[in-house]
Amino acid sequence: MNYYPDHARPLWRRALVNREMAIVYLLVATVAFSCLTVDNFAQSITVYNILRNYFSALILALPMCLVMITGDIDISVGSMVGLSCSLLGLMYISGVPFELAMVVAIGVGALGGLLNGLLVTRVGLPSLAVTLGTMALFRGLAVGALGTTTVTKFPEFWTAIPKYAIGETGVPVVMVFFAVLMAAFIWLLHFTAFGRGVYAIGLNSQAAAFSGVDSARTRTVLFVLAGTLSGVGGVYWTLLRGVARGDTGSGLELQVIAAVVLGGVSVFGGVGAVYGCVAGVLLIGVLANALQVVGVTADIIKIITGGLLIASVMAGSLIAWTKNRRVGAKAASAQTE
Amino acid sequence: MKLTKAIAALAAASLALIAGCTTPTEGTPSSSAGDTSTAASGGSSSGALNITMLPKNLGNPYFDQSTAGAEEAAGEIGATITQVGPTTEGVADSQVEFIEAATQQGVTAIELSANDKDALCDSVKAAQAKGIKVVTFDSDTSCRDLFINQVSVDGVAQSLFEMIEDQTGGSGEIAILSAGANATNQNAWIDALKKLLETKPDIKLDDVVYGDDADQKSFDETKGLLSKYPDLKLIVAPTTVGITAAARYVSSSDKKGKVLVTGLGTPGSMKPYLADGTTKEFALWNPKDLGYLTTYAVKALVDGTITGAEGDKFTAGRLGDYTVGANGEVPLGPAFKFNASNIDQFPWG
Repeated sequence: MNYYPDHARPLWRRALVNREMAIVYLLVATVAFSCLTVDNFAQSITVYNILRNYFSALILALPMCLVMITGDIDISVGSMVGLSCSLLGLMYISGVPFELAMVVAIGVGALGGLLNGLLVTRVGLPSLAVTLGTMALFRGLAVGALGTTTVTKFPEFWTAIPKYAIGETGVPVVMVFFAVLMAAFIWLLHFTAFGRGVYAIGLNSQAAAFSGVDSARTRTVLFVLAGTLSGVGGVYWTLLRGVARGDTGSGLELQVIAAVVLGGVSVFGGVGAVYGCVAGVLLIGVLANALQVVGVTADIIKIITGGLLIASVMAGSLIAWTKNRRVGAKAASAQTE
Repeated sequence: MKLTKAIAALAAASLALIAGCTTPTEGTPSSSAGDTSTAASGGSSSGALNITMLPKNLGNPYFDQSTAGAEEAAGEIGATITQVGPTTEGVADSQVEFIEAATQQGVTAIELSANDKDALCDSVKAAQAKGIKVVTFDSDTSCRDLFINQVSVDGVAQSLFEMIEDQTGGSGEIAILSAGANATNQNAWIDALKKLLETKPDIKLDDVVYGDDADQKSFDETKGLLSKYPDLKLIVAPTTVGITAAARYVSSSDKKGKVLVTGLGTPGSMKPYLADGTTKEFALWNPKDLGYLTTYAVKALVDGTITGAEGDKFTAGRLGDYTVGANGEVPLGPAFKFNASNIDQFPWG
């Protein structure tokens, strides 16, 4: 008899005891612990600050989650956020209507994503190398487009949008957009053939090709999604701060990738879930905010989140290792019977 | 389904938790709110003064001085100063997170040297909506309760005039090495200085030249001044770039000791020229006094002694009495003079 460990556990255990849920529990525990122990944490402005500041990271974690499940990576997203922001500012001061400028900024994001996708799938270059290049390219264009100027005074109708909250909850209204987007990505990854293909590519790209998965198309689509949402992230950031500068989004790519890995996506691909990636971003956001309100300095916060990331990756490997040993022993005893 | 369950769990748990432990705060901007004036009275004006000091960046000796001044004042008035800030300067919105954290903490006031004029305003306004006083110093924003300005036209001109009088002995030829020909600050100072010089007919202003705040151009212009005006006694450079370039040229020329250099300079860059006698005295402002005055201004705002309106008066400890000027600005006063007797106390610039 073959032993299938993934189906040996009852449904409720598989749903509630897994790598992604561990991060969800950690998130819930962190929120609860912070509410109880951190003065001034339990208030709606905390929710407001965290969600507003991590909105870009949240929407970028969605495509990054899928990109990394295929085994690719996109480290150009932060620079694309900068380019989108910078172009938006440049177009606005050049007299382009603001609504059109926003659409173009997002469109440029999509084009940048397409460039990444084509270089990876058609030219066949490793995604790390390609996006390392476009990371520098997009940032260079972003800084070059605006130079040292800072564009401010955008239309107030638009800059007010990230500032609205839903009633007294502190939840920004823009989170509705995120919720819809998250639902779409969950549907795409977990309920469609396209999503099955994403996992298949990450697990074994050759086997996926033989099973009829159009690997090049799937991966290109994911890069375009990442680029498009980077464009959206840049527009959001411009509206949030009311300032367009070329250095916007610096380091955002690392924040997003760290959150996605923390959320249970394997850097080797094939493993992960959307809700884990979202929980990863929120965990980093809540932790950073709570530590900051306590008065912990930025460098210590980085040390703590970095340590958490390493610990989470190590815990995953450790669990897999002990599981394999147990399964190995069971399989061995099954064979001797 | 495994996933739907998990998602439901995530959504329910986090929402319930966040909503459950949340108490709506007065200052949270919401779609319905917008009335900040009533919220302002809700600040914790009674009780201890809890001040967040937010310089442009940490580990900068200049801001270490201003924080030391703020702490000195805090000690006198029984306030607490907590210094936070980004580790690198320059990124426009790097201070936003610190303003937001201070807003969450519900501090009494924030003392801020802004990295950007506009990028911080959204977070500053959110802080003000919660009743937190925001006082800028050193570098202003377009939104704040008060700005403690280290440079005032009359203060700078007066200090330059005093140094000219002192270093020429009241008579002789001088020349000005400025920044750009259109530099707003420098031109205002030079105009005010010229008016003061009219009272001293024995001091002759030979020329005003422009080094464009470029080191080489300022260096070359100094060279030109020395060959054109052989009887020159003093070069006045009201710019930190110009004064260093002028001092460097003079100290390496045969006019060293005959022509003096003065103006506005940072103590760090001018220290060697003070030691070799190229300059006797130069001025800038004292960041320690700036921090000290800022903290007293915060106290006056919180106590209600001042509101930030023009003409409001308050007393700032050892610095004496101050009046709020136009646009909610409080000028620190005459520039601070650096000379051999005090240079070692200022390890910045």
